[in-house]
This record gives sequence, C-alpha cells and structure tokens, in this order.
Amino acid sequence: MDSRDWIRDGIRAVAGGVLAIPLAIVNIPLFVFFVVSLVLTPVLGLGLVLLPLVTLLIRARADLARRLAAGRGVTIARPYRPRPEKAIFGGLRYYHWLITDPATWRDLAWLLPGAVGGLALGVLSLAVPVYGVEGILLIPLWVWLGTDSYGYGMIWPIETLGEGFLSLPQGALILSAGIAAAPHLRRADALLSRVFLAPTRAAELRLRVSQLTVTRADTVDAQAAELRRIERDLHDGAQARLVALGMTIGLAEEIVDADPATARKLMAEARETSSAALVELRHLVRGIHPPVLAERGLEGAVRALTMALPVPSTVTASLPGRLDTPVESAAYFAVAEALANAVRHSVARHTAVEMWHTGETLCLRVSDDGQGGADPSAGTGLRGIERRLAAFDGTMSLSSPPGGPTVVTMELPCVLSSPKISPSSATG
Amino acid sequence: MRVVLAEDLALLRDGLTRLLEAFDFEVVAAVDNGPSLLPALLEHRPDVAVVDVRLPPTFTDEGLQAAIEARQKVPGMPVLVLSQHVEPLYARELLTDRAGGVGYLLKDRVANVAQFIDAVRRVAAGGTAMDPEVVGQLLARNRSPLAGLTVREREVLGLMAEGRSNGAIAAKLFVGEKAVSKHISSIFTKLALPPSDDDHRRVLAVLAYLDV
Repeated sequence: MDSRDWIRDGIRAVAGGVLAIPLAIVNIPLFVFFVVSLVLTPVLGLGLVLLPLVTLLIRARADLARRLAAGRGVTIARPYRPRPEKAIFGGLRYYHWLITDPATWRDLAWLLPGAVGGLALGVLSLAVPVYGVEGILLIPLWVWLGTDSYGYGMIWPIETLGEGFLSLPQGALILSAGIAAAPHLRRADALLSRVFLAPTRAAELRLRVSQLTVTRADTVDAQAAELRRIERDLHDGAQARLVALGMTIGLAEEIVDADPATARKLMAEARETSSAALVELRHLVRGIHPPVLAERGLEGAVRALTMALPVPSTVTASLPGRLDTPVESAAYFAVAEALANAVRHSVARHTAVEMWHTGETLCLRVSDDGQGGADPSAGTGLRGIERRLAAFDGTMSLSSPPGGPTVVTMELPCVLSSPKISPSSATG
Repeated sequence: MRVVLAEDLALLRDGLTRLLEAFDFEVVAAVDNGPSLLPALLEHRPDVAVVDVRLPPTFTDEGLQAAIEARQKVPGMPVLVLSQHVEPLYARELLTDRAGGVGYLLKDRVANVAQFIDAVRRVAAGGTAMDPEVVGQLLARNRSPLAGLTVREREVLGLMAEGRSNGAIAAKLFVGEKAVSKHISSIFTKLALPPSDDDHRRVLAVLAYLDV
C-alpha cells in the first residue's frame, strides 16, 4: 500500500470513529426501551407492540454494526431465524418468534458493552489526531499570546517561543500516529461486535444446511450429466460395435462352407471390431475411474499421469495411507485438470505436483513455470475443479500473476485410512 | 517351454491355457490369485510367466508386484505382464532391473494369436515386448533425452521398444536392414549407451525411452 492509500484509509477510519460515537450512544436508549417494553408486556399487552418495535430497531442497529465490521474485513453473518409465515406484527406469534430467538438476547447483551467499547474506541480514534492537529495549529497562538500559559505534548508549561515551535513536530508525530492507529481501532471495535453479533453454533449449522443444499444439488446435477454421457458413449460405441461383431460372425458362419476365403476375411474384420470396442471401453473406463488410480492410489496415479505429459514434472507426495475412493477420485481429477490447464495454456517448461496430508486436510499444489495470467472466470476448467471439490467441502485458490508462475492450491478435508488394507479385518 | 499363468477370470485362464498348449507350451501352473503367484513362480521356475496385473484379493496391482518380486529373487526370470490397460509407469517399474526378458501387453493383443505367441517366445528368450500403446503414449510427448533423435530414429526406437528385430523393423518401415542398423547405432551413440552386447544395449535404449 503506498502512503497515499495509507493516509486515505487512516482518515476514513478516523471518520468511522467519529460516527461510532453517536451510534454507541444510541445503544443506551435502545437498551432502556427494550427493558421497559419487556416489563410492560403483562400490562395491557403493550409489550406485544412495543417489544417487536424495539427489537426491530435493535436489529437494524446491529445490522449497521455488522456492515461497518465487514468494511474493516471482519465478516459477521446475520444469525436471525426466519420469520414464521403466520406471524404478524403485533401478534402473539410474532412476539414469540422474536423472544425465543437467542440472537435477540445476544443483541441485547451486546448493546451496553458495545456502547462502552464503541464510545471509548471512537473517542480515542478521534482524540489522538485532534490533539496532533492542535499541536500543529497552536504555534501562531504562542506567537500571538506569548508562552507560559499552556503546554503541549512533553513540554508543560511552554516557557519560550522555541519550546512553542517544538509542538509542531510533536503534533505531526501524534497526528500520524493517530491516523495509523485508527484502522486498528476500528478493527478492534469490529472484533468486539463479532463476539456478540456472530451466529451461535446452532445458527451456524442452519446456515451450513443451506450451503450443503446448494452443493448437493450441484453434485447431483453433475453426476446425472456424467451418467448420461457414459450411457451415450456405451450406446453409440461399444454396444454398437458388439452388434456389428455379432452380425459379422453370423455372416461368416453362414458362408464358411460355401466361401471359406470370404469367411476368413469376415473373421479378421470381426477381430478388428472387437479390438476397436475394447479401445473405446478402455477410454471410457479411464474417464470414469482410471484403473491405475484403483491399483496405486492417488500418488501412483498422479505419477502415471505426469509420465504422459509433454513437459517434465516432479511429483512429491507424503501420503502415508489411502484416501476414501470418492475423495481420491475427486483429488485425482482436480490434479489432472490443473495439469492439463498448465500444459494447454501456460507454455510451461516444467510442472510440479505436491501432495501432503495435515491429519485433517489433503493439500494439493500444482504449479508451473509458464506465463501466468490464468483467469478462473475465463475457462470452465478451473470452475469445474471448484465444483468437484465443493462436493467434499474442498476449496481451490489460484495465484497466477502475469509472467507466472501459476500455482493452484487445493484443499480437501478428509481422513487417511490405514496404510495397508488387511483382508482379515474386512471379514471380521 | 514351461509356463506359469496367473489370471483370475476362469474364461480367460482356460482360453490362455488352451492357446499356449496349442503352440507347444506346457502350462505347469495356472493360479487365480495374487498370494499364490509368487510361491508358484519360485517353485516351478518357469521358462516364462504370463501374469495379469490385477488379481484377487485386493484387485489392485498384485500380479505386477509378484512379478517384480520374483525377478528380484530370480534375476532375469522372463515375465509377460498382461492388463486391460497399460501405463508407462508400470513398464518402467518392470524394466528398472535392466535384465531384459520383460513383456507388457494389453490383453487385447491375445486376439492376434500369431503376434501374441511371438511375443511370449521373445520374452522367454530374454527380449522385450512393449505394447504399441505404451510406446505411443511415450511418443506423444517430446522431451529429452530423446529430443536429439530424428523422426526416423524415433520410429526405429519405438519399434525396438516393442521388441521387434532389425528384420521386422526394416519390413515395417520399408527400408533395408542395413539402414536400420545404421539408425540403431546412431541411436546408441546419441543416447550415450556404453558398448556391450547388442541385446543388452537394446534394453538400455528402451529404458532411456521410458525415462528411467
């Protein structure tokens, strides 16, 4: 970040601090209003209207705090339960919805500490720069009024004009310190908000369910498309060839006595058709689940894959055991796609694959020394990797500055099975 | 010639036995699983072993592993490995002991009986028989140390890797045998292979090809 960005960010943070002061003060009447509404609930049912009203106000205030925190890089998800369909404002159901949501009470618990913290941090981030500005601006005052009545910074009181001039560097220093500190103060405020305003475990689970629903739908779609492709390949390829094979052999059988020479030619043709069918089946199988992956696991399969690449590759792996088959397959195809991209687009002279396991996560890194500048939104390849990994809660990140190198890092949460599969344990 | 056969599918095991016996091979043992393969190989010490890569109980690569282990215990024991798919990686593993007498073919090749029997005999005699598909996969990439070879030399090396004799290479490329041996000695020079008997150098050239 160059110095102009730094100053701009600092000034914005100071302004944020100034805004935080009235916002913090607003928390206090909201708290009082809520408590009063709660107490008034048995009295004439006033609370049925008042409490929802104040709760919505508090939520609006909390949402504002969340938005401000997001601006400082602290993401706070919204934890509230969705409104039940039949709940109407002022009704008992609506009241029940609000009062049974733990997030309502967490918002309430935030109001006072949030006010104190917001106020303190806001005042601090305003006061320091203001004091700095004061130091810079006071020099004419010393000249005008003479010294001896006041001090600044480290000098109390100021006795000579020379000491008066010293307030200028001190002020500049304090001002820049204040501007430098302001973004951090804002962040501290955001972190304080997060303690209260972030979703609880249960709320997080609810959010997780909706995320899983999306990735599951994606996976199911992708699988259905894949099955459709396999069906079509079998139907148009191997199956059709076997039909032709049966016809040719049948024909040869018919004429073998009358015309042995033609029958022999037909048999040779039949043999060729059978090997063509085998070639097609082999390609199809390789696309579904590469045999070498079944035989050797991820490391062996990736080594076999790199042997066929037009550029040299190094493979380093420390995987002490086998992975679950679905994870293994996803990881293999992700690496294969990343390598194919490297070879196809980057003009690389060398590629490298690293694979290791942290105990909970499988990490895969595919890098090349090509020209860089890969854009995940441009092609379907990288997007496909992302979707494949998402089904297992895996993630992919790409670093590809112009001029290279390109590094694709993939992470898949998974456990390793024991290094050796003992047949006796399978029967037990 | 005495053969040990390892193949788990009964249909193929019987077919191969019949095929080999029709060409005067004697199948001394036909096993259908990984664990009993190595003892069978060590007990019978066959003139050639014909082994499927994938065998029970785990259906991974235990046929290949048993073949490699047998060759460690009995250096140079001729082994012809069959599989539904071929991987240059496996070919490399089979050849790393640099002893020759190794074949690695797709099961499809059995359909061409004459060529298949020829390959078995060649392996038994200490030669190599690499599947054209392995060779093709390696030809598709273009990298050192083969970058210095001419197109023709590369073709010759590919056919050598398949295990063909000079005569067969000459016939395939429609050139004279003399031209072929000239290409071959040029290949040996370019790959900096030390002088030794011709058969061994051929194996080394194939190894260079496989990037061992």
